[in-house]
Order: sequence, then structure tokens, then C-alpha cells
Amino acid sequence: MGIKAPELLMSSPGGFCPGCGHGIIGRLAFEVITEMGLDEEVITVVDVACGSLFEFMTDSDVVSAAHGRPIITAAGVKRVRKNNPVIAYIGDGAAYSIGISHTIWSAIRNENITAIVVNNGVFGMTGGQMAPTTLIGQKTTSSPYGKSQEKAGEPIDVVKLLGKIDVAYLARGSVDSVANINKTKQYIKKAIEKQMNKEGFTFVEVLSPCPTNWNLSPIDSLKRIKDVVSKQFEVGEFVERSAK
Amino acid sequence: MDNNEVIMKGNEALAEAAIRVGCRFFSGYPITPQTEILEYMSWRMDEVGGEAIQTEDELAGINMVLGASAAGARALTSSAGPGFSLKQEGISYLVAADLPAVIVDVARIGNGLGDISQSQSDYHLVTKGNGHGDTMVIALTPATVQETADFVALAFELAEKYRHPVIILSDAAIGQMMEGVALPEMKEHDINKFDWTVKGHKKGDPVRKIVNTSYICEGDFVGYESILRNKYNQIKKEEQRWENVEVSDAEVVIVAYGISSRVAKEAVKVARKQGIKLGLIRPQTITPFPVKAFDEISKDCKGIMIVEMSIMGQLKDDVKLATKCTLPIYGYLTSYIVPDSEKIIALAKDILAGKAKEVV
Repeated sequence: MGIKAPELLMSSPGGFCPGCGHGIIGRLAFEVITEMGLDEEVITVVDVACGSLFEFMTDSDVVSAAHGRPIITAAGVKRVRKNNPVIAYIGDGAAYSIGISHTIWSAIRNENITAIVVNNGVFGMTGGQMAPTTLIGQKTTSSPYGKSQEKAGEPIDVVKLLGKIDVAYLARGSVDSVANINKTKQYIKKAIEKQMNKEGFTFVEVLSPCPTNWNLSPIDSLKRIKDVVSKQFEVGEFVERSAK
Repeated sequence: MDNNEVIMKGNEALAEAAIRVGCRFFSGYPITPQTEILEYMSWRMDEVGGEAIQTEDELAGINMVLGASAAGARALTSSAGPGFSLKQEGISYLVAADLPAVIVDVARIGNGLGDISQSQSDYHLVTKGNGHGDTMVIALTPATVQETADFVALAFELAEKYRHPVIILSDAAIGQMMEGVALPEMKEHDINKFDWTVKGHKKGDPVRKIVNTSYICEGDFVGYESILRNKYNQIKKEEQRWENVEVSDAEVVIVAYGISSRVAKEAVKVARKQGIKLGLIRPQTITPFPVKAFDEISKDCKGIMIVEMSIMGQLKDDVKLATKCTLPIYGYLTSYIVPDSEKIIALAKDILAGKAKEVV
């Protein structure tokens, strides 16, 4: 069986750490785009930090937005180019910390874009600081004694955050197993189909390993997702609204 | 009177002029005294098939504009003092991304919340601010409703000429007053006009479009350095705009922009009738500062008078540089009170009599 990366990801080598989930998640997104025949239409909006490396890895048109602003910047692109698929590819720090108001308000306005949010529980690029998704007790460089719920609050669960808002689609996938990778691809595909169908805001969070900042091997990182992270953040489809 | 000539509020004339020069994207947040722009766009954009979005905050307003501009639209956002502070992040990113956009500050008084009264206290914010980094943004300062409308058209032209944001610094007085205004002809803007816009990378296109705000992986800081420096140098050389009134023989030259300059112009007229040689330099761009306007000042000039609604006298430093510190600078400075022409003339007399104190 031959394995070939989508042409949209052929432009330059990536720079991700060994065992990072970004490479898988980005690949899934661009595979879906290629399979849907949208290679020449897609516009990708990236954040700063690890996910921004797709700016130079993809062969699609790209806008690099300010930290935390890709969802809202993508909405600006989409409102001008209504027929192009527009993807905001960002991390959990962008979506749930600095950009949380844009996440919520884009959901409320049902902006017709797809947000793909990589949840690895840390600020990766800056060296593994505590993120909104860091689990209680998890040690990071800015929660050296373990994240305290008293001091930092409970981890943000996007299903609780957006689950009651009338968005077009909300799902959470994971890349910890082949089965979950395949499911995640289906979630992303459904999200982009709904966007092309002008149904509104589509949002796919993906649980992803960060071996470098978790101080675990790549294999143990995947095991941690299965045994620990996905117990806190359930995978599945949570909101799915049919076309109005 | 042709049918393009109407009586309108400054803010509404600004919005209508933007529509007429092809602006089809507006995103912003309510704040007095600029809210009429948001309100006007909220019904007018529907009529022309454009987008007007009341955003969750000013950060969203300007970062949506960044996306809309990258996609090829003529995009506008507006605010006033406190909200304009929030737009600083986005301005820096627009500069980094080489994207055109027009950003309006209808200035109001104050640090902090201040108040909604007219003022000119955002001069430093607009000329020396513009977010982090080596940012310099053309700033136009209309003094009338007509000039407000005219500068909207000019702002979009300059923004596209330089692929750079442009600021219009109005104020509460000009934004709220009603005057006769001839509006520009209606035209559409083609979102595919420029080859740098993101539209989807077609197989035949040799290069995909990257709207880039990061220097990571580019590896060519020196190249970028010279591009940006050349852009700024060209702007400083070619885009200075001003109006000089009776400057060549003036013994006292006023420097004033915006609402203050209207009073100053009146003062020049009255003073001349009294035999006082008063002149006026009225910057229409405060970035670039019109240093060329100062060439007309003669050796008979005894001093410069800045007339400005600012506690600090924010024009002072740019005037000092423009005159190479060769002339004393006096100030008639207020905060929310529009200057009075009689007080300008009284200060001119004191300057000529050697009784005035220089601004600190």
C-alpha cells in the first residue's frame, strides 16, 4: 500500500518535535481538502507558535494572524470570499485563553468557517507553560507544583463552553490511536462539508501529544491521552445542526 | 447643487464616502463619539451588498479587517480614544502583513475613560503609537466634513499604493457637526484587483499567496529591513500634505490641525485686518509631518504658536524638529474647549510684544 502526503503539504519540511501531533492533524485537514477537490480554493489562517509552521508547510494560500485572533481573522476572510473554504488552525492557548471571546462570539454569530483546535494541554512553543486545558495536578513550567484548581480554575472543556450555542458542528477527536485518527478525519470532513454547505460555525478540537513539554516519550504521550486526557476531555460529536 | 451634494454629519459623511469608494467591509464596536459610523454602516452595507459587523470588541474589529483586507476587500474600522488604544495590536500586524486598511479615530478627551467631548489628545497615539515594532502609519487630519469625505477616498488610495494601513484622525467636533459635503461618485472595488490577495492557490499560479506577519523562516531580515525603510522614506518624501495661509510674511505662524485649525484660520483673517502679520500652517497629514510647509516661513518670523486641544501640547516636538529648533514655540493649549480666535490674536500680540512664555 502506497502512502502519499497530500500535495498541499509538499511545499517544505515541517519543524515539529518528534512525536508531535500537529503533523497528523494538519495532514488530516489537507487530506480532507484534497479529497473534496478544494485544493485550489482553501484559505488557511494560522496562529503564532507551533501551528504557525503550517504557514510554510502547506501549499495553500495562508494568512498568519495575531496570537489568539485567527478565528476572527478567518471570519473576516470568509465574509469577503464566501465560496472559499476557510480554516483557522490554532492551538488551545489561542482558542481558549487569549482568543476566547472570539471563539465564543464567532460561535454565537455562527461565522461560516472551520476552526481546528489542537489541544495538547500546554503552551508548546514558549516551553510548556500552563494552558487553559492543562489538567488539575499537571506539572508545567508555570505550574511547577501541579495545576491548582483553586488558583487557576478548572480545565476549559469546549463542549461545556460552546455546547449550548447553536453552532453548525462541534466535535472532539484525538490522534492517540489509528481508530481515533480515522474518526478525527471524519469529523474534520463533516465540518468542512458543513462549511461548504453554508451551515455556519464548525469546530473540531483534537487531543494531541506534546512529548517535549510533557517530558514523556512519544509512545507514553499517546498512552497518556488514552488513559488520562481523554477521561477529562471526552471524544465524539456534540453538536450537529442540519442545514436550515 | 448636484445630487452628490448633501448636508451630513462628519461621521456619516465619512461612512457614506467609504461606501462610495468601494468599501464593502466594516467591523467595529460602539464608542462615542464615533458610533454613527457603525450605525450608518449597519444599514448602508445591506443596501450595497457589503458586510458590517458589530464585533465583540475593538480587537475583533481590527483583526477581522486584517482578514477582509487579505481577502481583497476595501476594509474599514473606526473607534475613539479608549477603543483606538485596543486597535494598536492590529495596526502593527497590518503593517507587518503589508495590508491596506483604513482606521478611523474620532478623538475624544482624556486618558482612561476621559469624556466624550472633542479633544486633540490622541496626536501622540496616532503619530508615535501604532503598536509594537517599527511602525509608521500615514495619518490624515480633516478639518471639515468635506475634507473628511475627501480623505476617505485618499486614505484608501494611499493604503493600496503602499500596501499599508492609513489612519484618519477626526475628532468629536468634526465627527458630530453637520455641513454641506459633495460626496464621491459611487464605485465598486474588485476584490481580485491585486495579485497579493488570498483567493485559493490555483495550480497554474507559480506562487501561493502568504499574508505573513511573522519573520520566522523568512531568513531575510536585511531584505525586509530595506523594503520597510524604503517604504517609510518614500512616504515621508511624497505624502506630506498641508495648507499654508499667509505664511510667507508672517511674524507669528500658527501650527494647528483639525478643528483647531478652523479657528486659527479665522484668527489669521481677523488679525490681518488689524495689521498683525499672522499666518497658519495646517497639517493635513501629521504622519508624515509636513516639514516642507515650514520652508515658507521667512526670517521675519518671531515665533511659532501651536493651537491645540491638548494639555501637553503634543504638536510641539514635531514643530521643533520641523523648525530645527530655530524659533521659539508658544502655545495656546486647551483640553475639551475649542480654541477661541480672539485669544489666538491676543497671544500673537503678546508674542510680538515679547510678553509671552514659551511652551515647556
